[in-house]
Amino acid sequence: MTAVSTEYPPSQGQVTNRRPPSQVNWGDRAFKVTTAGFAILIIVTIVAMALEMLTSSKLSLREFGWRFLTSTDWNPVAGTFGALPFIYGTVVSSLLALALAVPVSIGVAMFLSEMAPPQLRGPLAFAVELLAAVPSVVYGLWGIFALAPLMRDHVEPALRLVFGFLPFFQGPNQGFGLLTGSMVLAIMITPTITSVSREVFRAIPRTFREAALALGATRWESIRTGVLPVARPGLVGAGILGLGRALGETMAVTMLIGNRPEISASLFAPSYTMASVIANEFTEATEDLYLAALAEIGLLLFAVTILLNLVARLLVWRVAGTTSGGRA
Amino acid sequence: MSRSVRTRGLVDRAVTVLCVAATALAIVPLFSVLYYVAARGLGGVNLAFFTELPAPVGEVGGGAANAIVGSLELVALACLIGIPPGILAGVYLAEYGNSRLGQLVRFSADVMAGVPSITVGLFVYSLVVLSTGHFSAYAGGLALAIIMLPTVTRTTEELLRLVPEALREAALGLGVAKWRTTVSILLRTALPGVATGVMLAIARVFGETAPLLFTSFSNRYWAESLNEPTASLPVQIFTYAVSPYEDWHRQAWAAALLLVVFILVLNVSARLLVRPRV
Amino acid sequence: MQMSQAQSVDTRPNLPEAADGSSGTQSVVRDVSGNKLRTRQLRAFFGKAEVLRGIDLEFPERKVTAIIGPSGCGKSTFIRCLNRMHEVVPSATCTGEALLDGKDIFRMDPVRLRREVGMVFQKPNPFPTMSIRDNVLAGLRLNGIKVADPDALVEKSLRQVAMWDEVKDSLGRSGMSLSGGQQQRLCIARTIAMQPKVILMDEPCSALDPIATARVEELIHELRDSYTIVIVTHNMQQAARVAHFTAFFYMGELVERGETKEIFTRPSQQRTEDYITGRFG
Repeated sequence: MTAVSTEYPPSQGQVTNRRPPSQVNWGDRAFKVTTAGFAILIIVTIVAMALEMLTSSKLSLREFGWRFLTSTDWNPVAGTFGALPFIYGTVVSSLLALALAVPVSIGVAMFLSEMAPPQLRGPLAFAVELLAAVPSVVYGLWGIFALAPLMRDHVEPALRLVFGFLPFFQGPNQGFGLLTGSMVLAIMITPTITSVSREVFRAIPRTFREAALALGATRWESIRTGVLPVARPGLVGAGILGLGRALGETMAVTMLIGNRPEISASLFAPSYTMASVIANEFTEATEDLYLAALAEIGLLLFAVTILLNLVARLLVWRVAGTTSGGRA
Repeated sequence: MSRSVRTRGLVDRAVTVLCVAATALAIVPLFSVLYYVAARGLGGVNLAFFTELPAPVGEVGGGAANAIVGSLELVALACLIGIPPGILAGVYLAEYGNSRLGQLVRFSADVMAGVPSITVGLFVYSLVVLSTGHFSAYAGGLALAIIMLPTVTRTTEELLRLVPEALREAALGLGVAKWRTTVSILLRTALPGVATGVMLAIARVFGETAPLLFTSFSNRYWAESLNEPTASLPVQIFTYAVSPYEDWHRQAWAAALLLVVFILVLNVSARLLVRPRV
Repeated sequence: MQMSQAQSVDTRPNLPEAADGSSGTQSVVRDVSGNKLRTRQLRAFFGKAEVLRGIDLEFPERKVTAIIGPSGCGKSTFIRCLNRMHEVVPSATCTGEALLDGKDIFRMDPVRLRREVGMVFQKPNPFPTMSIRDNVLAGLRLNGIKVADPDALVEKSLRQVAMWDEVKDSLGRSGMSLSGGQQQRLCIARTIAMQPKVILMDEPCSALDPIATARVEELIHELRDSYTIVIVTHNMQQAARVAHFTAFFYMGELVERGETKEIFTRPSQQRTEDYITGRFG
């Protein structure tokens, strides 16, 4: 959108469709600048967040250094802060949730995209998406009064009965612990993994499935040969995105995981996650070091989830690259 | 040879059964949650719930009027703060976004969408609560706005991109300025989709708890202004649920029912507005 | 209601009776008419819409039959019914009969059917995460067929598609690293490694450049004495080049079928002549 260029010499008296310069550029330029400004605001916000977290944690970073990540001593009274129990709780609960959610989610995604009759697809997909719409705190509420008693009275005793020789399923259980927290996490990340997996399956051209079918494959075999191998990086990405969500999940986990900063081998034992400790203790922290320690935990969460999201997106994009190959 | 074909057929059917089971397994919690919320929530809802302030700690009775109003205030603030920038940023990405800057913005938006909501709370705490010296609805609204922002941006961008280029070219060919074209396209063609995106963003943000814990905090009374700590439904649910009082549990369920109904209505309406591809 | 027409009029064309006097529609009797594959009153529907109206067509053994016709005439739908690939689309149904060596394909297990009737698709589709070697063996592996000497089979199949020398040193490379024409020939190799009775080709050259097209046509020429081939093509010259017989479809109907030379020089139907001379389509 420029005014008449001076390169093309208009001949004498030629009419050019030209508006006065003030009218041509002003509106468009202002528009572009305004929208660009708000777009940049997004970058600014994220950068500001990162910087702010660094600043808030400075005290703790300086005081504890790497010990922060390896020490299990979380003692606000004494002024020593080690984040290992929370790292342990976060990592274990998220990985366990992932282990529970991934098979189910991929099964759902396969069913919805490859096997379900078209009439069922819509309502079922909607139901799975509704899982994501329920707020975390409502899952927590439900967890306290429905899931935890179920775990305490039926699931955990059964697990102890069958697998009690393993240290994971020993020890007392009150229903509020690592396992229950992981279960609710698994429920909450299922819609994420499912929807990304469905996107991945949708991105794969049908022709590979058909090639397998034409060779005499059953439906499952055609999925196994013509879809899953190509989908694999994308499905891994879906899993990582789910992991990212699990790491940052706060309310439901806080309400179900027991909130005790101890590391135990037993899955029945109460635990504590990074997000939970911030949620529970931030408003009660009075000393600067305490606040800085909590802020440092927040910084850790922030950094790890960003990293995971990056890796996940790269993997999901790669699926598009694998399937469009070959030259004419 | 024939047995192997039969075996393969059995395997195929077994896999189908497994996938159906997985789907059932995934949906059961949803029904359980909805059932509990409906059953216990309906029992707990009464007129007092909507009209009264919370009773003193330990006493039975009272309501969540301030939390309801507080939630509405917070979400309204979030919309005011978060939607216009989100839409404008989305417009930028759609119309001018094929540049380095555009990619950087998109990346930032994706990062923002994936960041744990509690860290957003921490950020706004430092930014607003520390500088003003107290919790406020403004802080809470800002935190929620930051959470809404990436969603609104991406939705707007995607929808504007869906509009065929031919439409824009027709307008430009008639001599309409680019900005006018974009605004008019936005208002007419893309609006339902953007509205859907906004509704879904509101639905999500309405249930957010973590970022409010140290921004708007909570309040057992009416907040006199937006500059004070404000009660909200999600925070109330959290506080009541982990408490030892039966009556508070009842009220937590009632609040949860309200929350879930509101969110469901938003979700279903959004779906009806624009039917997504399945 | 009396049992009218106890002896129905036999409207089936030229079907010689088998030695034990049974009719050819029973699954055990071999069709001795020289047709590997034939259809009788084959109709296809997408939902309620009828897209193929009663096709009676025969495909003689070890000959190439081309199916030509304008877009939307149903030729792709037809060929996909022949190995029941139409079932991939939920709303698609097929009625009528299609006999492979006298056996009704709609009563067979589709898995078994597709082992005997192979298909080459319009857009080459080697499995992207498999090597060239694994692609050739893919059909056998899928079906659990034990191969005594896989390397020999790979070489034989690739030689049959005239690709062996080009790729013999890079069999481990991904199937997608080949050019489009090579990918298509790889797909053909993958199909013939199964030793099918019939090979269906759905516009196999339309995604290829002219040189690759020529090489695939050459290949069809070489294969035609060993396999029964049905090729759908929108390119009449291609039909003229490679096919013994040609069938002309129009609006879901089989208009005419005969020796390629006859169809192209002395068609007996006006519609055929119009299409061939370019008046439409």
